[in-house]
Amino acid sequence: MVPLSWYLILSGILFSLGVLGFLLKRNIITIFMSIELMLNAVNLSFVAFANYWNTHPVADKSIVPLSGQVFVFFVMVVAAAEAAVGLAIIISVFRTRETLNVDRVNLLKL
Amino acid sequence: MVHQVLFIVFGLICVAGAINLLVQRHPISSALSLVVVMASLALIYLLLGAEFVAAIQVIVYAGAIMVLFVFVIMLLNAGAEERTRGSRMALIVGVPGVIILAGTVGWMLVSGSGRLGTVSISSSNFGETHNIAHLLFRDFLLPFEITSVLILIAIMGAVVLGKREN
Amino acid sequence: MLTGVAYTTWLERKVIGRIQNRWGPTRVGPFGLLQPLADGVKFILKEDLLPDYVHKGLFILAPMLALVMSLISIAVIPFGETITIAGHTTALQISGITHAGGGISDINIGLLIILGVTSIGVYGVALAGWSSNSKYSLLGSLRASAQMISYELALGLSLVGILLLSGTLSLREIVFSQSGNWVLGGHDTHVPHWFIFPQIVGFFIYLLAAYAETNRIPFDMPEAETELVAGYHTEYSSMKFAMFFMAEYVNMFTVACLATLLFFGGWHGPHLGFLPPIGQALLPVVYFAAKVFFFIFLYIWIRGTLPRFRYDQLMAFGWKFLLPLAIANIIVTSLIVAWGA
Repeated sequence: MVPLSWYLILSGILFSLGVLGFLLKRNIITIFMSIELMLNAVNLSFVAFANYWNTHPVADKSIVPLSGQVFVFFVMVVAAAEAAVGLAIIISVFRTRETLNVDRVNLLKL
Repeated sequence: MVHQVLFIVFGLICVAGAINLLVQRHPISSALSLVVVMASLALIYLLLGAEFVAAIQVIVYAGAIMVLFVFVIMLLNAGAEERTRGSRMALIVGVPGVIILAGTVGWMLVSGSGRLGTVSISSSNFGETHNIAHLLFRDFLLPFEITSVLILIAIMGAVVLGKREN
Repeated sequence: MLTGVAYTTWLERKVIGRIQNRWGPTRVGPFGLLQPLADGVKFILKEDLLPDYVHKGLFILAPMLALVMSLISIAVIPFGETITIAGHTTALQISGITHAGGGISDINIGLLIILGVTSIGVYGVALAGWSSNSKYSLLGSLRASAQMISYELALGLSLVGILLLSGTLSLREIVFSQSGNWVLGGHDTHVPHWFIFPQIVGFFIYLLAAYAETNRIPFDMPEAETELVAGYHTEYSSMKFAMFFMAEYVNMFTVACLATLLFFGGWHGPHLGFLPPIGQALLPVVYFAAKVFFFIFLYIWIRGTLPRFRYDQLMAFGWKFLLPLAIANIIVTSLIVAWGA
C-alpha cells in the first residue's frame, strides 16, 4: 500500500529535474531530452491518478478511471511527433551553424 | 510491503537517472540515462496496474523515440558540451524558481497525503488492453483520429526539414 | 536452451556445407558434433581485446545488452501445457504460474513484451558501432539499426492480423484459440484451426520482417563478411563477439518459436493414443520442438540459397512494399472478421 502522494512526489521531482535541465544545459539535444523527461513525469502522475480513481470510485460518472491511461497514450503520441520534428529542426540548424551550443545560435544572421 | 520496497527501488533508479542526465557532459550519456529513467518508469507503471501503458512506454518511448535521439547524437557527433557563458538570467531567476516550485508542490503533497489515500496493486486487471481499447475507440475516437493526422503532419514536417538544400 | 543455440551453429555449418556441396565440420567428434564445444573453448581462451580508443563503458555494455534482451524474450514463450513430474505440476513456460486447480497464468501482454525487447535490442547494435570509434563500425551499426527499426513496423503490423483473429495478446491464449479444426459453413473440415490458413500473407510478412530484424540473409548487409569489414562487430573479439553471436542465434530461436506459436498452432498436433501417459504428456513438447526445428532449418536453408539485398533495395522493400502490404492485410482481415461476426 503505497500512498498516492509518493507517486506524485516522484513525478514532481522528475519534473523539476527536467526544468533544471532545460534551464542549465547548453547542448540543444540535452535540452530536448529534459523536455521529454518532463513529459514522462506528467505521464507518471496520470497513471497514478488512473489507479487512484479506480480504487476510490466517485459517484460522478463523468470521471472514467481508465482515461488517465488513455491520456498517457496521447501524450506519448504527441511526444513522438514533437521529437521527430524537433530533431529535424536541430539537424538543419546544425547544418548551417556547425554547432549544437544554444549560446552560439543567438543571432538571426549566421 | 513488497509494493513499497519495489516503488522505492525503482523510484531511486528514476531519480538517479534523471540526476545523471543533468550531470553528464556528453549527450550520449544523458540519452542513455534517459533510457534508464524510461525503463524504470515502465516498471513503476506495472506497479500501478497499467500493463499496456508500460509495454507502450518501452516500445514507443524507450525503443523508438530514444533510438531517434541516439541516432541524431551519433550522426551529428558534436562531442562533449563546452561551458559557455550565456544568459545569467536563467541561473538567477530560474534555479530559485524551480526550487520554490518543487518545494511548494512537495509540501502540499506531504501535508495533504492523509487526504489522498493509497494506491495498490489491484488484482482486478483494470489496465487490460481491451479495456483501454474500448475507451480509445468509443469515447476518445475523435482525439485518436486527430492524433493520427498529427503524426502525419509530423512525418511530412520532418521529411521537409531534413532535406538538403540542392 | 543455450546448448540448443550452440548446436544450431553446428546445424547451420553442416547444412550450409551440404548446400554448397561440401562436408561442413567433420573432424571434431563424430559428424563434427563436438564442434560447438571446440568453438566455445576457443572463444574462452582467445584474448579479449579492449582497444585504447574505444569508449570503454559502452563497448562492454553493448554485447551484454544484446544478449540479455534476446534471452528475456525466451522467458515469455510457452512450449507446452503442463508437465507433472513426481506429483509436482509445472507450466512449461519460464514465466508461467501454475494454479492449484491446474490452470496456468500467463503474462497478459506476452506479445508486446517480445516486441518491446526487440526495440531495446536495437540499442545493443547502435552502441556497439558508436563505441568502437571506427568508421566501419559506425556505418555498419547505423545501417543495421536503421534496418532494424524500419522492419519493426512491418513486424508489429503483421502480428495485428493474429490479434484480430484471437482477440488476446497472451501467447498461451493465442495457442489455445488455435485448437480444434476449421468449421466452414457448418462442416468440419479436417484442417487444424491454425492461423496460417487465413493469415498466409501475414505469415509471409512476418517471416520477411523477422529475417530483417535478426540480420540474416537475405538482409544481412550490415554484418556480412564481405561488406564494411564486419560491420558493427569489427572491433570485438572473443567473449564479447561470442555474446553478439549468441544473441543472433537466440533471436533466431525466438522468431522460430513465435512463428510456431502464432501461425502453426504451437504444440497442437495429432493425438496419438497408443503412447504411454508419459509419452502423451511429452508429445506437445515434441510437436513444438519439431515445428521450431523446421523454422530454424528454413532460416539456414534460405541463408544457403539466396543472395543478399543491397542496402537501398532493402530499405525500399521494407518501407514501400512490406508496410503497405501489412496495412492491407489488417484492413482485409478486419473486414472479414467484422463481416463474419
